[in-house]
Amino acid sequence: MFKIVAKKVLSPTVKQFAMAAPQIAKKCQPGQFVIIRIDDEGERVPLTIADFDRDKGTITLLFQEVGASTQQLGQLEEGESILDIAGPLGNPTHIKKMGTVVCIGGGIGTAPVYPIARAMKAAGNRVISIIGARTAELLIFEDEMKNASDELYITTDDGSKGIKGFVTDVLKRLIDDEEKLAEVMAIGPVVMMRGVAEVTRPYKIPTVVSLNPIMVDGTGMCGGCRVAVGNESKFACVDGPEFDAHQVDFDTLIARQKMYIPLEKKSCENGRGGCKCHQS
Amino acid sequence: MSPVMKKHAMPEQDPKVRAKNFNEVTLGYGEDTALAEAQRCLHCKTAPCRQGCPVEVNIPEFIQHIKDGQMDEAIKSLKSYNSLPAVCGRVCPQEEQCEKHCVLAKKGESVGIGRLERYAADYAREHGETVTAPQRAANAQKVAVIGAGPAGLTAAGDLAKLGYAVTIFEALHAPGGVLMYGIPEFRLPKAIVQQEISNLKKLGVVIEVNAIIGRTYTIDELLDEEGFEAVFIGTGAGLPHFLQIPGENLNGVYSANEFLTRCNLMKAYQFPKAATPIKVGHKVAVVGGGNVAMDAARTALRLGAEESYIVYRRSETEMPARLEEVHHAKEEGVQFRLLTNPLEVVGKDSWVTGLRCMKMELGEPDASGRRRPVEIAGSEFTLDVDVVIMAIGQGPNPLIQSTTKGLDTNKRGNIIADEETGQTSRPGIFAGGDIVTGAATVILAMGAGKKSAAAIDKYLQEKRQ
Repeated sequence: MFKIVAKKVLSPTVKQFAMAAPQIAKKCQPGQFVIIRIDDEGERVPLTIADFDRDKGTITLLFQEVGASTQQLGQLEEGESILDIAGPLGNPTHIKKMGTVVCIGGGIGTAPVYPIARAMKAAGNRVISIIGARTAELLIFEDEMKNASDELYITTDDGSKGIKGFVTDVLKRLIDDEEKLAEVMAIGPVVMMRGVAEVTRPYKIPTVVSLNPIMVDGTGMCGGCRVAVGNESKFACVDGPEFDAHQVDFDTLIARQKMYIPLEKKSCENGRGGCKCHQS
Repeated sequence: MSPVMKKHAMPEQDPKVRAKNFNEVTLGYGEDTALAEAQRCLHCKTAPCRQGCPVEVNIPEFIQHIKDGQMDEAIKSLKSYNSLPAVCGRVCPQEEQCEKHCVLAKKGESVGIGRLERYAADYAREHGETVTAPQRAANAQKVAVIGAGPAGLTAAGDLAKLGYAVTIFEALHAPGGVLMYGIPEFRLPKAIVQQEISNLKKLGVVIEVNAIIGRTYTIDELLDEEGFEAVFIGTGAGLPHFLQIPGENLNGVYSANEFLTRCNLMKAYQFPKAATPIKVGHKVAVVGGGNVAMDAARTALRLGAEESYIVYRRSETEMPARLEEVHHAKEEGVQFRLLTNPLEVVGKDSWVTGLRCMKMELGEPDASGRRRPVEIAGSEFTLDVDVVIMAIGQGPNPLIQSTTKGLDTNKRGNIIADEETGQTSRPGIFAGGDIVTGAATVILAMGAGKKSAAAIDKYLQEKRQ
């Protein structure tokens, strides 16, 4: 059992848990994730490690309620426990001194970008961060990202905070201003990551994305998370989750993510939280 | 001597009924049948049956106890050799092992050794069995076992009986390995697996789940920081192979590992009561001819598929699946498309709509001694299916090998270990089961676990001196 030692409600659907998981807290590195299972009937859900405190033995998990399991998770309170956390999983981010690095977080993708930005800065890089969301209330980790970055840009689709537009608009401007960019790291919705890849592709700026396909075990035994990278099929859980954005087949990833939508709706209707998800 | 030349039949669920449920297919012997079957054993002095058993169960002895109605003694005898008799009685390919060597097999059918083993184990479970923890010294040496599959469970049980402090590290949330995620409920009920594992815990074995070696801990950390003095690696062959044909990333294409894990370990057949979903196809093609392929095809039927096909590029003679499994699959309505080789998974709007195949004929024998399938020109056709399951084999997961220095592997990525002892290229590290041999059987993995446990005992005794 893994105890929720702190809970923060970041928005009506975005929640943050600090979980007691000493062994994972001791070992994890930026870029890695865990698989959780709430109870005996639960499914295995991958969540990125948004932060960790090695002294306290906790890891921070942040999630958006998008379906039955995440909504069930969101109803849990401080002091309650979940059944399983396995990890840390996946390969850590390659952190080294490169020069100027752009860290981009879209929506709750900002959470996993934060420990990466922090580590990039600690490694001696100049870190420019861009965080974006649909609207101001959905922005998260603003203060954390400010502390981890040399420069921080904020965008909202509706202009309710920061620059009106997309993270890619700011990225284009940085490139036009002839900033010499050693690497771009982007985590967020697939459409955003694909957009970032298209912006940097003509300039051959090394670009890394963290992929979020459907997973079951998270240890390389099923291939449910396979993605096409270059001309090869890769398992995101063991070969990734980070890949060269210019090699990723984003369209297949988007299609595969939708595989269970009709069943996910059924799961919601059948009392696993009674959520309002997938209603158009 | 008994004139009965055939094994007593074991009752089974009716094929039409069982093809729609996940309950166990075979129902086991009742007391009278078990006694009658036990009477068939001639108690040969040489007991040739034993040489066919990888863990050398004293077969005539436990059968004698059944004859005498001493069920406690029967299970005690079995358990002194085999920690998982309820499992082995169900899933061992006895026709290639103990029963192959039975003298009765020369003129008729062998004694139903597997069925009797199962009967004894089930009897013990249903009537309650007492397991007493062996004596363990306060300063007992610590042994780490990696992987809670058949190899690891056997090694752990034997080492605990020898007085070592054993911890099993398991990556998934439930111990059992392929017994939990791979072999379906209808062949091996999961409650039985967990019951046998809980008996192991009563021997003092500690099982740490959600622990991925190579990530949560490395082997060197276990040895250098966590106080373990020897390690047994039994991580199996869990990395699924794909055919590398076009269309394999379409929605509706599964590895057999994923399909079976969703269904067995995650209980997707109870969706939405269980939260894990599974795509139930109307028409399902399973590519491959082994036991895993049979399991997947039979599972698809039970989930509600109207048609379930085995697509195999050779003929039935070359199929690696057990005869009994093929027979059960046919009875339930699985259709066999033999001498058929998949070329491409075809789809529309990112979903599978068919499997484009080519007809084959058998040519000359290849390196494996099996006749090589050769394409028949112009024989292409498309099988109309909406789910495709790849059951063409598994390889070793590279996580441990890539995070442990000095651990030698062969070109396939399997760990190189001595056949008799499981000793790897690193002192104190032993390995056995599918991680060494490639995908094989439950009982061979258990045999390897047993040999390694004996070798670890020897190593630790020498170390202590």
